[in-house]
Amino acid sequence: MTLLKVEDLKVHFPIRGGILNRKIDAIRAVDGVNFEIEPGETYGLVGESGSGKTTTGKAVMGLNNITNGEIYFGDELLNKGNKVNIRKDIQMIFQDPYSSLNPRKRVIDIIAEPLRNYENLSKDEEKKRVKDLLEKVGLTAESMLKYPHEFSGGQRQRIGVARAIALEPKLIIMDEPVSALDVSVQAQVLNFMQDLQKELNLTYLFISHDLSVVKHMCDRIGIMYNGRYVEEGTTKEIFNDPQHIYTKRLVAAIPDIDPKNRKENTNFREQVKEEYTNSYYDYFDEDGLAYQLKPITDTHRVALPERG
Amino acid sequence: MSNPLLEIKNLKTSFRIGEEYYAAVDDVSLNVNENEVLAIVGESGSGKSALAFSVMGLHNRAKIEGEINFKGRNIANIPTKEMNKFRGNELSMIFQDPLTALNPLMEVGRQIDEVLILHNKNMPKSKRKKYIIELLERVEIPRPQHVYNQFPHELSGGMRQRVIIAIAIANQPELLIADEPTTALDVTIQAQILDLIRELKDDLGSGVILITHDLGVVAEMADRVAVMYAGEIVEVADVDTLFSDPQHPYTRSLLSSIPLLDDVQDKLHVIHGIVPSLKNLPRTGCRFSSRIPWMDEDVHEENPELSEVSPGHFVRCTCYKHFYFPDENKEEQDHDTTKS
Ligand SMILES: Nc1ncnc2c1ncn2[C@@H]1O[C@H](COP(=O)(O)OP(=O)(O)OP(=O)(O)O)[C@@H](O)[C@H]1O
Ligand SMILES: Nc1ncnc2c1ncn2[C@@H]1O[C@H](COP(=O)(O)OP(=O)(O)OP(=O)(O)O)[C@@H](O)[C@H]1O
Ligand SMILES: [Mg+2]
Ligand SMILES: [Mg+2]
Repeated sequence: MTLLKVEDLKVHFPIRGGILNRKIDAIRAVDGVNFEIEPGETYGLVGESGSGKTTTGKAVMGLNNITNGEIYFGDELLNKGNKVNIRKDIQMIFQDPYSSLNPRKRVIDIIAEPLRNYENLSKDEEKKRVKDLLEKVGLTAESMLKYPHEFSGGQRQRIGVARAIALEPKLIIMDEPVSALDVSVQAQVLNFMQDLQKELNLTYLFISHDLSVVKHMCDRIGIMYNGRYVEEGTTKEIFNDPQHIYTKRLVAAIPDIDPKNRKENTNFREQVKEEYTNSYYDYFDEDGLAYQLKPITDTHRVALPERG
Repeated sequence: MSNPLLEIKNLKTSFRIGEEYYAAVDDVSLNVNENEVLAIVGESGSGKSALAFSVMGLHNRAKIEGEINFKGRNIANIPTKEMNKFRGNELSMIFQDPLTALNPLMEVGRQIDEVLILHNKNMPKSKRKKYIIELLERVEIPRPQHVYNQFPHELSGGMRQRVIIAIAIANQPELLIADEPTTALDVTIQAQILDLIRELKDDLGSGVILITHDLGVVAEMADRVAVMYAGEIVEVADVDTLFSDPQHPYTRSLLSSIPLLDDVQDKLHVIHGIVPSLKNLPRTGCRFSSRIPWMDEDVHEENPELSEVSPGHFVRCTCYKHFYFPDENKEEQDHDTTKS
């Protein structure tokens, strides 16, 4: 059975103005998004910065007011008076490792917080669990008594990872979980996430700008632009056979780790950018919004205008 | 040859833990020239941001030793009032952490204005606003008129980062320190921001220190690369050399951890062991030795120093001459090094 099903999700934020500070318009942060995630799957959400990825993740977590749509976790409808026991099953690793950690709390209290809410552990048991969790993310046990500001950016992100996995949830929403890490620690965290996934049959919603990481981790990928999906497919379909012009541009912009290819890459990107500009209105309506997704294979859907 | 724009000499930045100071940046010397992008890469926690903050004079509690010569003047430990003449003007920084760098209670436009006005006292308000909107457009922020009046928490992660970038380039700095400037951005906007930084360099001849974990960005942007491990520089080389002929075991390990686009790897390469904390850092011998325990102890120098292995290419410790990965054939490796 499908683990997470998001149907026609819309999250709009009011724009207020005028002397009465009334609602004069709305930012359509998420504007009609549909996707499903199967148990055990890693589903990637990538796209334009500001396109609504975090807002989508937060909506699933119950952290946003939903303007429209339904979110099902298994067969439970989440956005109508959500139950606490389901909330334990969904955890989120937040994009900003700085603001999501309480600066006045020690690491042990940060990581143990979810444990304290849901499990009844003795002080010693708790300490051991936190120590194990820290080790899993590559931090030493002595970190326990420190405060967030005493850590580097990447170290803080790992504290967030440790907290999110503390309760062994079913679904983890990971918003840029490794972008603050160097590639070796990143590799360590990603390998660990994959092992943990197999061990506990976890499901991941993986939000990231790093397309090589997404390619390495994800089974299927959704591409967002301006509040909507422009394309969805298996990892292979998205990387080998991108159909939407925005996806093509995204794939072309991936930095190349061979400095010798600089010139070639610049030229290729210019070319794709030109194609993008020239064919923009074949792919977006007059408001710059993507069209409805149309299936082109069983797994591959692309936002293209109605023909005819 | 003219003097480097920035010359860091034997910089040591130490944080107090309990009763003692521990160096997070430990005897680092580096130059940045005009019209040059120097990338700094390295393990998370290796001291990259601490180095950047030291140059910017933003560490209020840390102990700073050594010299930081900016345009020939030592700015290490100068009074805040003096420093403010440089900061945000000739010398500016894109912060790794947009949320703490931005004031949560102030509209975005006003925050940029504060920096602008500091160094442009005579620019009229209307002109400043026009310029700020332009800046927001240049960093690819959609609806700049609207964002001008928004608060940081109302912006996406990448939009906040772009606001920080707008602040940093507002006064066209001569030295820009960019600490993870594009990690929160999608690759198309990233490419445009990198172009913007390149423009700053090409049009004004500015020097740039680019700190990033994204080795693809390094490959596309940098002229030279410095690799840091545990507070020290372990390798410096021009960008082509660093990618085609890396020497230090840490650099080689790092490069082999990158997930590759055109290759399906089952498991990513991970460096053995964990990074020691600041307090427990080995302060003598090769600091990387505990991460490559399969190597014989006497391959390391007693007091490893940076030595020039070819013009402009510096490597610390002699262990690089013998280094091999555990799954490599040792005989082959030793043979290779004796041959060359
Ligand atoms: N609390 C809020 N109030 C008003 N607007 C908001 C709020 N939160 C998000 N937005 C707006 O919603 C849009 C989508 O933001 P979101 O954070 O979901 O983007 P994102 O895809 O995660 O981007 P990034 O990759 O940069 O993190 C943006 O235009 C943002 O300004
Ligand atoms: N204010 C502080 N007090 C105590 N220790 C600190 C402080 N700031 C940083 N450190 C420590 O100094 C070391 C270097 O930190 P720094 O932030 O420079 O790392 P970094 O190389 O920028 O890492 P990242 O890539 O994760 O951002 C780390 O061990 C960190 O824990
Ligand atoms: Mg986001
Ligand atoms: Mg840092």
